[in-house]
Amino acid sequence: MNNLFNRLTGRQPPSRQVAKDRLKLVLIHDRTDVSPAVLEQLKDELIAVISKFVDIDRDGVDIKLTQEQTESRLVADIPLLKSPRRRR
Amino acid sequence: MGALVITVTSGKGGVGKTTTTANIAAALAAQNAKVVCIDGDIGLRNLDVVMGLENRIVYDLVHVVEGTAKLRQAMIRDKRLPHLYLIPAAQTRDKSAVSPSDMIRICDELRTECDYIIIDSPAGIERGFRNALAPSDKVLIVTNPEVSAVRDADRIIGLVESEQKGPPSLIINRIKADMVKRGDMLSIDDVLDVLAIDLIGIVPEDEQIVVGSNRGTPVALDEKSRAGQAFRNIARRLAGENLPLMDLDKQDGFLARLGKLIRPGG
Ligand SMILES: Nc1ncnc2c1ncn2[C@@H]1O[C@H](COP(=O)(O)OP(=O)(O)OP(=O)(O)O)[C@@H](O)[C@H]1O
Ligand SMILES: [Mg+2]
Repeated sequence: MNNLFNRLTGRQPPSRQVAKDRLKLVLIHDRTDVSPAVLEQLKDELIAVISKFVDIDRDGVDIKLTQEQTESRLVADIPLLKSPRRRR
Repeated sequence: MGALVITVTSGKGGVGKTTTTANIAAALAAQNAKVVCIDGDIGLRNLDVVMGLENRIVYDLVHVVEGTAKLRQAMIRDKRLPHLYLIPAAQTRDKSAVSPSDMIRICDELRTECDYIIIDSPAGIERGFRNALAPSDKVLIVTNPEVSAVRDADRIIGLVESEQKGPPSLIINRIKADMVKRGDMLSIDDVLDVLAIDLIGIVPEDEQIVVGSNRGTPVALDEKSRAGQAFRNIARRLAGENLPLMDLDKQDGFLARLGKLIRPGG
């Protein structure tokens, strides 16, 4: 959100928007009792497990908690490494 | 059944619980309801000075709990409103002098005698908060439009819900409409968006609150005060009325009119 705002306007986003974004994020972690540090650890272990089975782009892995109304989810976006297309 | 027991709490300190308690109590009593306030902040008594009753205290909540005073003896009658009473906190004791079951017992004794019991909770999530929450029928959570206060309010909402006290209602205090307008303060919608809770009132930042606590006169009794109007509205909603939120952009009062004369269009 803020990055987009920055790029579009070349200005700092209003502090009200920053406050709201930070609040949303901190509340997701408070409510689920999963701190950003724990999430980082989870990400490392997840990468290790998945790498046993498929080649993944480790730097592109994105793991986050999201929240809609009362439902929280853990969302993982794990890009696979580009491999030369196999012939059938 | 009798009285409705209202607990005013917050999580973060200094957001306006005591101010809110004193003003809602005064507003309800001014509408002829019989109201008893209990200062739940044992060791840091405040409600007495905000209500202007500090000189009349002989007995306090801890005396009642320990049986050295009868409930009646610890109920201080307000100077202006004959239906308003305060049970002060002890100043030289700590929170452990009162237990949640003491609070339930005291409120049960009061329930038949009045219409509202309003408990001013201390900040935090410790014993004092537990005491204030135990007898509650309706929890009001006060917050300010700031990240830390809203975050702590969220924690309290979770705790209140887990105690099965029914859905709490939110009061957003110290809103500065001009700051919201220029994008430098969380708006009412921003706060509601993240907390997803019923809103029972909004209170603007108002210097008269300081004047009121200087004098020991809640602003709810001042017809001209904006914050006073906001607290009177909350009291009416508690009494069951359905009122629209006040328009924070609308400035009235002498100073605002003067300001407009000096800088027209400002
Ligand atoms: N709407 C307002 N406008 C201006 N000042 C306010 C407003 N609400 C509260 N205040 C001021 O903020 C200060 C803190 O208020 P108050 O003592 O009611 O908070 P509290 O939540 O009870 O604090 P504590 O957690 O220490 O018990 C007081 O000085 C009070 O006068
Ligand atoms: Mg207080």
